[in-house]
Amino acid sequence: MTYHLEFSALLPYWQDLAWGLWFTVVLTVVSTVAGIAVGTLGASARSFGPPWLSGLVRVYVELIRNTPFIVQLFFIFFGLPALGLKLSETTAAFIAMVVNLGAYSTEIIRAGIDAVPKGHIEAGVSLAMTRLEVLRYIVLRQAFAKIYPALSSQIVIVMLGSAVVSQISAPDLTYAANFIQSRNFRAFEVYFVVALIYLVLSILLRYLLRLIGDRFVRVG
Amino acid sequence: MSLVSIRDVRKSYGDVEVLKGVSLEVEKGDVVAIIGRSGSGKSTLLRCINGLETYQSGAILADGIEVGGEHANLRELRRHVGMVFQQFNLFPHLTAAENVMLAPTVVNKTPKKEARAIAAEVLAKVGLSEKMDAYPSQLSGGQQQRVAIARSLAMRPKVLLCDEITSALDPELVNEVLRVVEQLAKEGMTLILVTHEMRFARDVGTHLVFMHHGKVHESGAPKAVFAAPQTPELQQFVSGIG
Repeated sequence: MTYHLEFSALLPYWQDLAWGLWFTVVLTVVSTVAGIAVGTLGASARSFGPPWLSGLVRVYVELIRNTPFIVQLFFIFFGLPALGLKLSETTAAFIAMVVNLGAYSTEIIRAGIDAVPKGHIEAGVSLAMTRLEVLRYIVLRQAFAKIYPALSSQIVIVMLGSAVVSQISAPDLTYAANFIQSRNFRAFEVYFVVALIYLVLSILLRYLLRLIGDRFVRVG
Repeated sequence: MSLVSIRDVRKSYGDVEVLKGVSLEVEKGDVVAIIGRSGSGKSTLLRCINGLETYQSGAILADGIEVGGEHANLRELRRHVGMVFQQFNLFPHLTAAENVMLAPTVVNKTPKKEARAIAAEVLAKVGLSEKMDAYPSQLSGGQQQRVAIARSLAMRPKVLLCDEITSALDPELVNEVLRVVEQLAKEGMTLILVTHEMRFARDVGTHLVFMHHGKVHESGAPKAVFAAPQTPELQQFVSGIG
């Protein structure tokens, strides 16, 4: 049996792919920014917060890091309505992504905070800075510089992992691929092209993260 | 009233009492050198003065502010009590000038331009005008420590606490730091130094405090104390270091 490749079968669907790509990009950017914000707060609370808050953050981090992303997504989209919280697939996708990256980045940023010498905190405090000012101007700056490569990797992982949101019909790139191949039955072509798009997206994202790192994150 | 007044301060870590009732009065312009073996409590005492360590009983007043008191006072206290550390503790992500400018801009809300002028002034004072835009990693240990001194001076402290500030330096770099401290002493800065530099303590200090087992064991004018130590412990300590 021979299979004739027919990439032109995708052409009528280019808009679906473009919208899917756009959704994936927006989803990645928003969840990266929000997820790192959550991670920064989480790591700060974990390192400097009162014991009850630190413990709460720890439970959150362990819960998310030890369960599959797709189960978290299903829980938010299919499970929460049972409690009366009904979310659209797009909202559920964004929330699941932020919650997931938030937990991973909490752990990564915390490692960076731990690596800042205690003496730097004492020096900041001795200069009459408050704990919060020391955290902001001294600790987090150094922490981010130290863990930036690890955080970059996690962002790329999250971008690729975002394909899972297609399972609740959030209209991302993978959802578009599923849709197209259900119409034209050109599974090989569709997934081949979509895989290439993810590959290019990854490479561009890594490049962009490196530029941002060179520009804003000084290792010292 | 004394600029720094330490009254019968006691501190323990668990069962171990490291300060067993220390009293010390420091007047404006004094240069107090605290010497003693490691573990005698001298660094702990210094760190109590600006609230880096807490103590269980007694009282410390610095510039009229009770150190062991309410939290709100510590920030105000530290604006007037600078500290320089053995390990420099420069912020590696900031240049020398930025290290110096940070506290004035963040704590005192000094405008950037004005803070930069302060940085230029204090870095000139420590002889590092040409290193303003260098990062700590590009500086020698002696230069880093001088930046750390400048960083404290930028807050215009009334007292400067120096915690073994030359102990982490290569021998040939010690003098450039001591010269800066000596200059500060000449200009009337009140200094409390924990130090192992006996010659410096004798020549620059106005008061010498020998700590032993968590107490002020002997104190007085440095030259007199060194020339004729009264207690066997100090005699041994002084002869031990030659």
